Amino acid sequence: MDWVAAALAGDRRAIARLMTLVEEDGEAARAVTAQLFPHTGRAHVIGVTGAPGAGKSTLVNELARAYRSEGRRVGVVAVDASSPFSGGALLGDRIRMRDVADARDVFVRSMASRGHLGGLARTTPGVVRVLDAAGYDPIIVETVGAGQLEVEIAQLAHTVIVVDIPGAGDDIQSIKAGIVEIADIFVVNKADRDGADRTQAILEAMLEMGSPAARTHSRAVGMLMEACSVAESAASVSGAPWRPPVLKTIAVRGAGIPELVHAIASHREHLQSSGEDARRNRARLIAEVERELHHRLLRQLVAGLDHHCLNDVLNEVTAHRLDPASAAERLQHAAG
Amino acid sequence: MAATVRVLIAKLGLDGHDRGAKVVARALRDAGMEVIYTGLRQTPEMVAEAALQEDVDVVGLSMLSGAHLSLLPRLVELLRERGMDDVLILAGGIIPAEHVPRLQELGVDAVFGPGASTQEIVDFIRAHVRQ
Repeated sequence: MDWVAAALAGDRRAIARLMTLVEEDGEAARAVTAQLFPHTGRAHVIGVTGAPGAGKSTLVNELARAYRSEGRRVGVVAVDASSPFSGGALLGDRIRMRDVADARDVFVRSMASRGHLGGLARTTPGVVRVLDAAGYDPIIVETVGAGQLEVEIAQLAHTVIVVDIPGAGDDIQSIKAGIVEIADIFVVNKADRDGADRTQAILEAMLEMGSPAARTHSRAVGMLMEACSVAESAASVSGAPWRPPVLKTIAVRGAGIPELVHAIASHREHLQSSGEDARRNRARLIAEVERELHHRLLRQLVAGLDHHCLNDVLNEVTAHRLDPASAAERLQHAAG
Repeated sequence: MAATVRVLIAKLGLDGHDRGAKVVARALRDAGMEVIYTGLRQTPEMVAEAALQEDVDVVGLSMLSGAHLSLLPRLVELLRERGMDDVLILAGGIIPAEHVPRLQELGVDAVFGPGASTQEIVDFIRAHVRQ
């Protein structure tokens, strides 16, 4: 059976099988991605991130319901953590997504992080791509319960929603670097709890303090990006910068969801009219090329190394006679 | 490296007791499997659709309500309709011994009642999961 053709035609079993292939991350995955790639780049990808227990899954359930009622086919990719000990995982995001559980026009896929840090699995972009090629739009990606540095979602999603809850920290937490910087939309969920207004005010004040321009221009960094970004100037993005709205929701009751859907649409509109969309897409794809290059070069280098030599060098490092950077240099020459 | 085994654990029907299902889910996780837990009060349609979308190798159902003779065959039928005939189907909970042959005839691969160890379940999955 030609799974790719079937998936492109919307066959759900084929879509699910391709996702498994992509997740296993072997040669077959590469072939599949190569075939799917020309059909991708159409869906609006919405990222939902925030601390464990903030209500991400419940919010995703509500968003999926809202988009579905507009007649759209919605993709959901929910990432949970793999156990660092057994490699197994308990993926529980579906528990909160019961309103869309038997819907054929909502495709929900749970993923384990499989040792990858950053809030997603290594193959999450590939799994999103399968849904994109199959015509799902929007695609909502829920990260693992995130702390401060799980910011990879910013590279995958067009619109990032950071979910906070009342009383989760003082105002210094909100001006630290990291996750609060990547939000296109802030949601204060569980807004019926005490302190919701204060949390909203803290986030608003944080946004007043910062310069939005600083946000838009440092989103993706990488060696390839730096090497090729000479030609790309700030002029490629026009108009007023986006100011992230801070919305209150009570996701379990569906309160605030229409406003959130509206804010997502406004952000998408902004991305398209300002040229920011093209810039982000470019940054995202270049970053992906860099990751692949990194992966291939390292694999090639390791394949070219003599085992004894590798052992000797690593033993020197563990005995504290050779520093890691010098060891890397020596291995690079040895493989050369 | 062998492909990761993915398992769906669900409570089919209306009883609200999921301690057993959670214990099994946890044990399979600790055995290195990826377990998708869907929670309480699932219909056969919900379970079949989840199994399809998640492309699981195993579906494990916990039932204490006595409705297994009506709900399990319906689920098996829905899975087959979706082309998922190579998925291992396991049932657990309170299922009278005299019903087991009937269920196996209908396509349930194994039934683990009270007293079954989680290791038995892990071993059964390892031995019978599709390759």
